[in-house]
Amino acid sequence: MSRQRFIFWIVILSLLLISTLVISLGIGAVFIPPERVVDIITNPSQADLDPAEISIVRDLRLPRAFLAALVGAGLAIAGAAFQALFRNPLADPYVIGASSGASLGATIAITFGLTWNFAGFGPIQLAAFVGALSTVFLVYTIAGGNVKAGVISLLLAGTAISTVLSSVTSLFMLMNRESTHEIFSWLMGSFNGRSWPQLTVSLPYLVIGMAILWFASRPLDALSLGEDTAQTIGLSIGKTRGVVVAAASLITAAAVASSGVIGFVGLVAPHIARILFGASHHRLIPASAVLGGLLTLLADDLARTLMAPFELPVGLITSLIGGIFFLYLIRTRQRSPRGGL
Amino acid sequence: MIAFSLDKVACAYDQRSVLSDISFEVNAGEIVALIGPNGVGKTTLLRTMARLMHPVTGKIYLMGQDLWQPSQREIARKLAYASQSGDESWDATVEQTVALGRAPHRGWFLPLNEQDQEVVNKSLEQVGITELRKRNATRLSGGEKKRVNLARVLAQEASVLLLDEPTAHLDLKYQTEILNLVHRLAHQEGMTVIVSLHDLNQAAMVADRVVLLHKGGINAIGTAAEVMTQERLSAVYGVPILVMKHSSLAVPVILPNVQLVDSAVNGAGNDA
Repeated sequence: MSRQRFIFWIVILSLLLISTLVISLGIGAVFIPPERVVDIITNPSQADLDPAEISIVRDLRLPRAFLAALVGAGLAIAGAAFQALFRNPLADPYVIGASSGASLGATIAITFGLTWNFAGFGPIQLAAFVGALSTVFLVYTIAGGNVKAGVISLLLAGTAISTVLSSVTSLFMLMNRESTHEIFSWLMGSFNGRSWPQLTVSLPYLVIGMAILWFASRPLDALSLGEDTAQTIGLSIGKTRGVVVAAASLITAAAVASSGVIGFVGLVAPHIARILFGASHHRLIPASAVLGGLLTLLADDLARTLMAPFELPVGLITSLIGGIFFLYLIRTRQRSPRGGL
Repeated sequence: MIAFSLDKVACAYDQRSVLSDISFEVNAGEIVALIGPNGVGKTTLLRTMARLMHPVTGKIYLMGQDLWQPSQREIARKLAYASQSGDESWDATVEQTVALGRAPHRGWFLPLNEQDQEVVNKSLEQVGITELRKRNATRLSGGEKKRVNLARVLAQEASVLLLDEPTAHLDLKYQTEILNLVHRLAHQEGMTVIVSLHDLNQAAMVADRVVLLHKGGINAIGTAAEVMTQERLSAVYGVPILVMKHSSLAVPVILPNVQLVDSAVNGAGNDA
């Protein structure tokens, strides 16, 4: 695909994302037509606008939609990076333990009713963020720093530690039945009740992590050839692996802390981006981000409207639709003359 | 000038010793073939020379400098390595894959310039895959993938090449073309090539010198005619091997001495 065509399609997808955002701000318990949404965002001082509608859009729906798009974009980029690092299209942002660590952290915070706040994070967010990062750090210390052992040891240590932490989380849930519902809904992921504070707290981690990974596009290309080859074309494997794991984990930790565990976006979005734009990370990363943002925003719209006034966990929607879509992709790609995924 | 020098090098995987006391030198512009039975450590030695694994003991010098001294990027500008599997393809085009060979020169953050593009074009042409440049590198045959791998190595413009079985899985046409290319790179462009080959005839044909590995060490080193004697090869490979003289070239021709038996099937072999 030529450069012009790539830019054309990215612009089209971005416009689609923006239109979805405008529509998202209008739908819900109170319907607001898109043109009024645009007025509220661009010119809220207009006399004929309803202050209640202004508040709904600007204080409730806008930060929530931004957060959904940003978390989706972040998870998609983190997924793309881990897929390159592990040379495995099934790697997702949680592959080295971020979700199990975050889940255990959140579970502890909920079970013990912690009330700590730090750097704008509430207790559950803080515990999830710290849980995610410390788990990844533990996994990396055990296996990741050993370049000779290869990247596979990172994957194995991640799986082992995730299993242990998930068991501990289940144990907490069994021992403390009254919090089970709260823990369970957190584990399924949701943007419900998220507003400007959650957005502003997560924003720097998400943006910095995404920028670092985009900047690392070419090293990620090299890693896609395997670590041996990457090394013989001059890449410092240890350093690159450390930076990629740190940036992708920062994104994942911030995403999980702000909105729980949202599955499948980090797997499906880079996958679609790869089919549309190829595997060169200079293109794959921005394309995954736009698609991840779009998918998560759409999933959140469905989550809050499908069974209104009851709100479904967004993670349930992404896993349900993502899983079915993935099966569809596997079926159609198998039948295509190019074969494979 | 000495391009590569190994001094009492020993290699091991975990605690298992693979090679020990390996010492030899490779002159600039020379083709040296590593030969020996399967599993003797040809790939291990090449990987150690490519700085992909540390020798347990001993020293390796690349153009007089300790191999482990310079940065990874500096090494990649002098030394290029093509692995045996050739399975380094990713879900991108052939051209994008080959262009990654320019990384040691361009760095990781700048796009290719015109000169880089010319090198990429030349590398594609040298291994005869210009027409594959827009194809997806994962959807090629084994032989095509191997040539893509070789083109990426050439795009590195290193003066020393380490090639692990570059002709395996290729048909005779491409075997010949790759060996022609190796010969040309060394003898016309002055590149140094260290190549592992399981096909002894190919090694005899193309190498200036061969290193015969056996039982964890060097059994013999010298020209093909010096090293590849019937007695030595039969002893090293543990089977009777015929070594004959080529009718026009000064290289030995090696044949497995297969014990042919008279066919028990009625009429077979008696058609004439």
